[in-house]
Amino acid sequence: MTENQGLTGEFFINGDVACAEGAISAGCRFFAGYPITPATEVAERMSTRLPQVGGVYIQMEDELASMNAVLGASWAGVKAMTATSGPGFSLMMENVGLGVMLETPCVLVNIQRAGPSTGLPTLVGQQDMMQARWGSHGSYEIIALAPISPQDIFDLTITAFDLSEKYRVPVLIMSDEVVGHMSEKVVMPHVAPESLLNRRRPEVPPEEYLPYKTDVGLVPPMAVAGEGYRFHVTGLTHDERGYPVMTADAQDRLIRRLVDKIRLNRGDIIKYKETQIEDADIIVCAYGITTRIAQFAVKMARDEGIRAGLLQLITVWPFAEERIRELSLQAKAFVVPEINYGQIVLEVERCAGGKARTTLVPHMGGGVHSPETILEAIREAAQ
Amino acid sequence: MIDAMNVEEPSIEKYLRQDRLPHIWCSGCGIGPVAGCFLRAIDREKIDADRIAVVSGIGCTGRVAGYVKLDSFHTTHGRAIPFATGLILANPDLNVVVFSGDGDLVAIGGNHLIHAARRNIDMTVICVNNFNYGMTGGQVAPTAPLEARTTTTPYGNFESPFNLPYLVSASGASYVARWTVLQIRQLEKAIAEAMTKPGFSFIEVVAPCPVVYGRMNKEPKGLDSMHYYQDKSIIQDGADPKDAGLELNGPIVVGKFVDVQRPTLWDHLREVSNRAQEKANGRAKVQRSAK
Repeated sequence: MTENQGLTGEFFINGDVACAEGAISAGCRFFAGYPITPATEVAERMSTRLPQVGGVYIQMEDELASMNAVLGASWAGVKAMTATSGPGFSLMMENVGLGVMLETPCVLVNIQRAGPSTGLPTLVGQQDMMQARWGSHGSYEIIALAPISPQDIFDLTITAFDLSEKYRVPVLIMSDEVVGHMSEKVVMPHVAPESLLNRRRPEVPPEEYLPYKTDVGLVPPMAVAGEGYRFHVTGLTHDERGYPVMTADAQDRLIRRLVDKIRLNRGDIIKYKETQIEDADIIVCAYGITTRIAQFAVKMARDEGIRAGLLQLITVWPFAEERIRELSLQAKAFVVPEINYGQIVLEVERCAGGKARTTLVPHMGGGVHSPETILEAIREAAQ
Repeated sequence: MIDAMNVEEPSIEKYLRQDRLPHIWCSGCGIGPVAGCFLRAIDREKIDADRIAVVSGIGCTGRVAGYVKLDSFHTTHGRAIPFATGLILANPDLNVVVFSGDGDLVAIGGNHLIHAARRNIDMTVICVNNFNYGMTGGQVAPTAPLEARTTTTPYGNFESPFNLPYLVSASGASYVARWTVLQIRQLEKAIAEAMTKPGFSFIEVVAPCPVVYGRMNKEPKGLDSMHYYQDKSIIQDGADPKDAGLELNGPIVVGKFVDVQRPTLWDHLREVSNRAQEKANGRAKVQRSAK
């Protein structure tokens, strides 16, 4: 992978295609997936592009297989990705946990549709946000990003690969059907390979290598299959050697590290964007496509003389809790529009800790909010 | 006269994580001998051990990955084959071996098994078949013969079992064999053949589980099972897998059933990749000349 074969220039493409191109630019050379609306275009684009750049695309027999093939490819040293939507996301959950436990860099894209179950296959939802955080069993931390446009999903897919390589954790791109299917201008810059992050490789000889021994920081260097390290990794609770250890002590050491490597680096991981926050009494907290409607609502509120501002969560997990805690001392209320019946609002409410009121503006899915709906909630909160 | 005791045996210690011993398997279990055959095959055939990746799922046989001093992955229940698929597709130079049990590979992972065979993907699957879920205490498996007693079929199994060689050969495997743990020479040879053959290879190994399955089916000691294998094994290379179904206390047809050459997944993939790159390069040339 000496030369980056990503496209460069300006393109008018949809979010799914932009996501695939972002992956190619990020150095992704393996995709395993299963067709599902509204994420299929990511797979279709990858099936065209990966063979051109020396990568491998494969359509697996289901999403369980897709997620596992991605993990296997990553352990063979290749940057790997899959893309799915609601039902497929559910099927991938067990092995997201395996990815967390083995500390496997990879990217999982969820072009969210409305659920539960088969729900509205072709229409938008933001209803897997808590599943992204808690969907696999056990205690863990994960990284999830929420793009708002085709350009954003291109850029954030590169960020997702960088974060997954740096922290050795599956990174979720929690997009949605509207972003996936809308077409807009996407500018693809030349991405220099040296600007991309790659997992640290062991610098010790095989006989001294311990797969989960940390040196600097909490993320251990990663060997890959076929290079003579002869390492063992397991989904069981394990020690530095990668050997299973069935004790509460080993569990304590491992889980603390897996969680802390994300939690203690949240300053590096968490990104958000603030608009007109400085003097805001009412803060609209939004993510994904809903951000773009909230922008209108905030502008309309300002026109009415309400001091409203917008906090866009780019990183949804880990959650921007310090920032919301700070803002709760300044603001009267948070207004949280999301295309579900209350998920991220619960986190905002927790962090606001009673210092500022929190209002959910729900949408059950199948469409996006109207700006007026959010404006109405801002007005009520301002009273 | 050849002194059988002095025939040189390959040394397998170097392929074992001796700091992990003793292993968890019960006395009389058949998994250890299969792992031994695997490691002897590597040594005797001088297969590059640095390029081997062993992938296991969950269950007693799934623990093999943890005892071998090779790159090894102990994954989730049923998912060893798709994990292995990712490994081999990302690095075709690996020699990928899936080592797992019948419940893992055929019940929860059954879909992946048939698809890997269909794709004729370059990997070797060693399936230790002890007819039950040993790790959880002896529940019925989709390989358990009709009428077999298990902890969840106390009145006898009322389901028909899979005939694994038939299933896998019909799905497209290049190499299919079955042996019992009694025939360790043939088993070792079969593993060596499978690991050096391109395409999808599948070896079913009928193995005793004296502590749970055997206790409930009149084979309470490992040796009882070995006597059964000795009495009832019919060695028949080239037998039609269709006729190789297993019945409770019935004959066990063993041998190499399928050994054919057909293009592997990587053969087809390389062709398609070349086509894609030629097309992409052709387009780039046209664009350059237009400028």
